[in-house]
Amino acid sequence: MNFLETEDVVKQYANHLALDKVSIQVPEGQIFGLLGPNGAGKTTLIRIINRITAPDSGRVLFNGRESQPDDIYQIGYLPEERGLYKKMKVGEQAIYLAQLKGLSYQEARKRLTSWFEKFDIMPWWNKKLEELSKGMQQKIQFITTIIHEPKLLIFDEPFSGFDPVNAEMLKKEILELKNAGHTIIFSTHNMASVEEICDNIALINRSHVVLSGNVTEVRSRFKTNNFTLKFQTEGSSIQEVPGMFSILDNQEQSGISEMRIHKETEIRNSTLLTTLAGQAEIISFTEEIPSMNDIFINTVSGTNTTQA
Amino acid sequence: MNKIGLIIKREYLRRVSKKSFLLLTFLTPFIFAALVFVPLWLSTIKGDDAKQVAIIDATGKYAPLFKNTEEYNFITEKGSSIEEYRKNPDKEIFAFLNITEDLLQNPSAATLYSEKQIPLGLKNVIDETLSNYLKDEKLETYNIENLKQIIADSKINFNIKTVKWDQDGGEKNTSAEVASILGMVLTLIIYMFIIMYGSMVMQGVMEEKTNRIIEVMISSVKPFDLMMGKIIGIGFVGLTQVFLWAILTSVLVAGSLFFFNGSASPEDVMNAQMAAQGMGDIAANTPNMNIQIQEVINSINFGMIGSCFILYFIGGYLLYAALFAAIGSALEQQEDASQFMTPIMLLMVFSLYAGIYSMNNPDGPLAFWCSMIPFTSPIVMMVRLPFDIPVWEILLSFALLFASAILIVWFSGKIYRVGILMYGKKPDIKEMMKWLKYK
Repeated sequence: MNFLETEDVVKQYANHLALDKVSIQVPEGQIFGLLGPNGAGKTTLIRIINRITAPDSGRVLFNGRESQPDDIYQIGYLPEERGLYKKMKVGEQAIYLAQLKGLSYQEARKRLTSWFEKFDIMPWWNKKLEELSKGMQQKIQFITTIIHEPKLLIFDEPFSGFDPVNAEMLKKEILELKNAGHTIIFSTHNMASVEEICDNIALINRSHVVLSGNVTEVRSRFKTNNFTLKFQTEGSSIQEVPGMFSILDNQEQSGISEMRIHKETEIRNSTLLTTLAGQAEIISFTEEIPSMNDIFINTVSGTNTTQA
Repeated sequence: MNKIGLIIKREYLRRVSKKSFLLLTFLTPFIFAALVFVPLWLSTIKGDDAKQVAIIDATGKYAPLFKNTEEYNFITEKGSSIEEYRKNPDKEIFAFLNITEDLLQNPSAATLYSEKQIPLGLKNVIDETLSNYLKDEKLETYNIENLKQIIADSKINFNIKTVKWDQDGGEKNTSAEVASILGMVLTLIIYMFIIMYGSMVMQGVMEEKTNRIIEVMISSVKPFDLMMGKIIGIGFVGLTQVFLWAILTSVLVAGSLFFFNGSASPEDVMNAQMAAQGMGDIAANTPNMNIQIQEVINSINFGMIGSCFILYFIGGYLLYAALFAAIGSALEQQEDASQFMTPIMLLMVFSLYAGIYSMNNPDGPLAFWCSMIPFTSPIVMMVRLPFDIPVWEILLSFALLFASAILIVWFSGKIYRVGILMYGKKPDIKEMMKWLKYK
């Protein structure tokens, strides 16, 4: 079931169209990646979901019904530009924000203490926010976003400003939140993280959704039917089979051939593999599936050139 | 605890625990007290070395008249003439008074020379001494018996006694001066506080907007609650400050009065205080002055004025703070703020001047209308309050003030809600009016 949906959302700013009939479906309990180049309209869409701005037309559905003003209390939002009080002490600030989100003082303190310990930032409890590094501030912002355990979490560029170690830790936390049943939307340019953690994606470019669906499904949609295989050249070779596959490239080195072949669309992978296995001693057989990064670049530059 | 309460608490505690707040709150009464008592204290200190003034008196009549003061020693010079001094200046002598003829015959026969600019104080001493003597001398020439006595008797220092009739037929001594000064002090306090705390609200709103805190807050708090929480929290800070000032000032004044009783008579202190407050001669030179002042002060209805002050303070603050919040929400840059603040500041300055002019005629049309218009009433009404204006005027003015404060808060809430989340371009007034219509 879809926890959140947008239907034909349109948002027009004074001199440009930020979103044009954007529809996305976010299934419950999954991680949804909102992708797109800078200025595509991701943040605008997030702001509409958060009811920060209203769409000019179209609907936002929350749990299957039109979203209500009170629905925002079920959302934890980590904005791209970090927002905390600079002059306020970290712990005091986190408790204040948690209390505003409906936790009691004791409960807020208890949960925050355990999170601060988990993130190893307990010594900063009594420091002013402005004394902390950017990455540290983001950890605090992340904690305050999830502290009240909202059903829907929206992270706008959560990894920016994190070193690889902390980014890895954050990734782990996001996956844990998913396992705990939270629905998560996150917008990012970091395509590697998309492949690792997203279940579904929508790619927005120039105010339109240009690509959407399950990550595996999207990637296989972009597959080229090219394969790379390695086999022993000793006493065997692989010949083209018209109607089944053609050879693109072959490199032989110390008794092992590395060959790229192109398969005809209607042929099944297992049929191809049986045929190949009959011809030579196969060492490895890999389908070339494009990375999200390639898909992103192809789609974005493709649509840009066709529209330009 | 509900959310608006949490916000009020945070805004209040954060500001009250700031060092600058504590410093301002506890130092200002001392500064006020110092303004009153330091001149008095300084006047009791003797000046250092007295300056020498040589008198070269050809007539010999005038030189003995001059008595040494704390600042000037007068010495009678017999030998040298003024020309000799001109050629060989005596560094010890500050100034030379040269009198060549009888001054009654020739008033321009006296001249004061110095190598430096002559201080006004010295000129006054000499003028006074000579003119008193010449006046007496002139009077003598009329040959009327007891003329001096008659003239002394005819000098009357008049200060009319003002009395207010009570409804039950009693009488109370009043003082227009005390009432005016009280009104003016209250006016200035309200004026200062509205500007100070109003712009504090604006700063706070802008901070939340530019730091993007608002985007995080929006999913837990309604924008209106956030705005009201801030306005109320900061308002309490203002009330706390006024309250502490009132207590500290009265403690300090009482303490100083007690202290000065040792070294100076109470009249001196009272006089100095009155003089410092520009009240001059009220009830001066009457033996029961203290009792009279007491009575005058008692004639002012402090309870009524105090509660009106608090209510006008709240109403005026709400009205202006809401406007400041709306402006703060629409802006991102500190630099843009002044442009939008100018109309508000003009309104405030106009109110202050209207208040000052109302003092001369507290029941005049300017005073009346300005104490009805909500934007000026908190300031102008303060001037009029000690003059016992009709109750219906106060009530009407309150009703108008609070009704419009609520209206402005509502309008500002609408502008705030849109403005606080609007980034990128600086809105104009037209744009802000459009925000009012947003659902």
